[in-house]
Amino acid sequence: MYGLGILRGLGVVFKHFVDTYVDDLRWLGRRYYNPEAFRVRQGPKAAGIFTVQYPEEKLVTPEEFRYIPFLLYEEKPDGTKEDRCTSCGICAKVCPPQCIWIERANDPKTGRPVPAPRQFYIDIDICMNCGFCAEYCPFDAIKMDHDFEIASYDRTTAHIYDKEKLSKPVSYYAHIRPTNYKREEEARAAEAAKKAAKKSAAAEKAAS
Amino acid sequence: MTVAPAPTTTEVKLDQAFPEFVKPDTRKGYSGYLVAPDKLIEVATHLRDQAGYSYLSSATAVDYLEEGKMEMVYHLYRMSGGPALVLKTQTPRDNPVIPSLVSVYPGADFQEREAWDLYGIQFPGHPNLKRILMWEGFHGHPMRKDWKEAYYEEDHKPFDLRWPAGQVYRSEQKNPFGHNVKYPEGFTIEGWTPEGDTALYAGMGVITEAGGHMKTDQIVVNLGPQHPSTHGVFRMVVTLDGETIVDLQPVMGYLHRNHEKIGERNTYIMNMPFTDRLDYISSMSNNLGYALAVEKLMNIKPPERAEYIRVMMVELTRICNHLWAIGFLLNDMGAFFTPALYAIEERELILDVFEAVAGSRMMCNYMRFGGVVRDLPAGVLEKLTELITDRLPRKIDELDAYLTHNEIIRSRCLGVGVLPAEQAIAYSMAGPVLRASGVPYDVRRAEPYSLYDRFDFNVACRYNGDVYDRYLIRIDEMRESLKILQQVLRDMPPTGGILAGKPQYQVRVPAGEAYGRVENPKGELGYYVISTGKPNPYRYHIRAPSFINLTALGEMCRGHKVADVVVILGSIDIVLGETDR
Repeated sequence: MYGLGILRGLGVVFKHFVDTYVDDLRWLGRRYYNPEAFRVRQGPKAAGIFTVQYPEEKLVTPEEFRYIPFLLYEEKPDGTKEDRCTSCGICAKVCPPQCIWIERANDPKTGRPVPAPRQFYIDIDICMNCGFCAEYCPFDAIKMDHDFEIASYDRTTAHIYDKEKLSKPVSYYAHIRPTNYKREEEARAAEAAKKAAKKSAAAEKAAS
Repeated sequence: MTVAPAPTTTEVKLDQAFPEFVKPDTRKGYSGYLVAPDKLIEVATHLRDQAGYSYLSSATAVDYLEEGKMEMVYHLYRMSGGPALVLKTQTPRDNPVIPSLVSVYPGADFQEREAWDLYGIQFPGHPNLKRILMWEGFHGHPMRKDWKEAYYEEDHKPFDLRWPAGQVYRSEQKNPFGHNVKYPEGFTIEGWTPEGDTALYAGMGVITEAGGHMKTDQIVVNLGPQHPSTHGVFRMVVTLDGETIVDLQPVMGYLHRNHEKIGERNTYIMNMPFTDRLDYISSMSNNLGYALAVEKLMNIKPPERAEYIRVMMVELTRICNHLWAIGFLLNDMGAFFTPALYAIEERELILDVFEAVAGSRMMCNYMRFGGVVRDLPAGVLEKLTELITDRLPRKIDELDAYLTHNEIIRSRCLGVGVLPAEQAIAYSMAGPVLRASGVPYDVRRAEPYSLYDRFDFNVACRYNGDVYDRYLIRIDEMRESLKILQQVLRDMPPTGGILAGKPQYQVRVPAGEAYGRVENPKGELGYYVISTGKPNPYRYHIRAPSFINLTALGEMCRGHKVADVVVILGSIDIVLGETDR
């Protein structure tokens, strides 16, 4: 019968329409602002209205989500900060749009380069969030952030981040990427143990 | 089909057939044959008619600055499958002239125009040789090795200014109209008329006798570039007789950023995130094509698990892309956004998976040379299993029930924009458009890459070549992709390496050339990469399916109404990021 296809199609739309009410009833007013409901609504079992009430509700960023890099510093017990960055320049060399500028620090007395950055800039207008800098940094000193709400009123002055703006504590990193952090710390500890063993072996050799 | 029955497995010894003017390319790492330019048409005709190489996949130019030569490289394929036959022809760089192959392979049309535009090679015999990606008033040919762009810093990345004495500046502070921009001699903006536009409109809009008794004016109308139905900034100049299309010419290049030039400045690994931005609906597939091309040069193979993950991501991408294509095809027909949003809902769930695995929803940057960047995080496989075995099949069936038998859709699509099989091959169409015309050609089967020789799936094929079949074939392909995905879930080794060798930011790529092609959701995506052993590719060319599929747009639209043009364009499914590059 002519028109049957349209009717069947409208049936699908009607089912979607009814589903929204069914799903509302299912959660009985607890559909929004409820982490449990949120997980189901955005998962493979989602039914009913699919959208999120941004900014009151936000999509959960998965651990690997990447946005604009930041620099890590260790918080020492005495309150000082120690940059992990050694200004080796690998991030600047691998950066596809070349948006990283690093100024290497020099020893004030000898003038020789020291393994620390004096300044570190990222032009976030140019950054393409590819994550190569974080991926290839041998010191786990630069990582990708999760903070994607970075709109600003003046792009010409606010969009070149300097070292101060880029630096965040290691604890923040551990918070946003717990599994990565754990894995890297284990690797670092193993590396340190290996080094220590080598050193003691060398010392023993020298002593004997 | 008119194509002669071809010996499908025998290799053609072209240098024996034409000993005087064809010789094998013996440069290190190169393959194929070098043909004298004046004999090119003869050899190509022989290959098409006698040897069965009826499909011109890619035609591209290479600038050998130091040798003072320009080279055109043609990749020809048989529709029965198998590897490429590579033809090359060289011409002096100061006056590059190569006869046009449009008379043999109409699919060379846009590609030769691109070579003229970006390299300045003349193609005598081309019916319409004018700029295609750059604007009409552009001076110079930007892909030439001695051409420098407006923000030119250095020939190759990484740039010296970044480290160790990084003096930061904003690119905008550099004057884009400084010494890097070249103008023709005696150029003034007041005295300039855009000659390209004049040429475009010339010959369109003449008075004809319509129906024998009434004089009507043909009028020239610009559809786009700023129009929602053009899927981005894309313009169609149409000549109308009443509401009937007499002639149509696509005008593109509004999103042109000289991707290939950027690619030749980049190191190999840097190109990976740039490939995401080609067909931004299916970035995982783009990654794979580029990774395959460079892996061919490096001669490495990813571990088993990495291969399975790759196939999984690429097939998910295909479902994403087809959902999107169907949704927006319906938009173009006027079913404003309800089908599109139903389709996008499922795409959203797949994008969540990409975000968890690759870190980004659309700009995945997930593949590396010899593997992938990271293993699947915890919880992803469970979610995927639920999606692949339960939700997606259900939802694709629902979409099918929702749209396929709808009488309005059928009357808008059936018999519209018909492209017969012979023409589809001749115009180098690829992907769903080619297969909807009754040519069961799928790179996954014709020249299997990655693990595709292991999976049981059918090459979807439909035979009417109209918009309706192009819609149906996308539904078919999604079902086939689900079939592959279910096999991946079944067979994927639970553990194993994901990268051959150590992660490296500076890969060593031996000198040579490679053409890596994959069956992208939109068609055959090819990467032609030439290495000289340096950290940067010497040539990095992309055979973009969206771009080449537009070659036949005019042919498909002729005789139809204006409203059909929108639908036909939607059924090709283009993405301007890839078309314009």
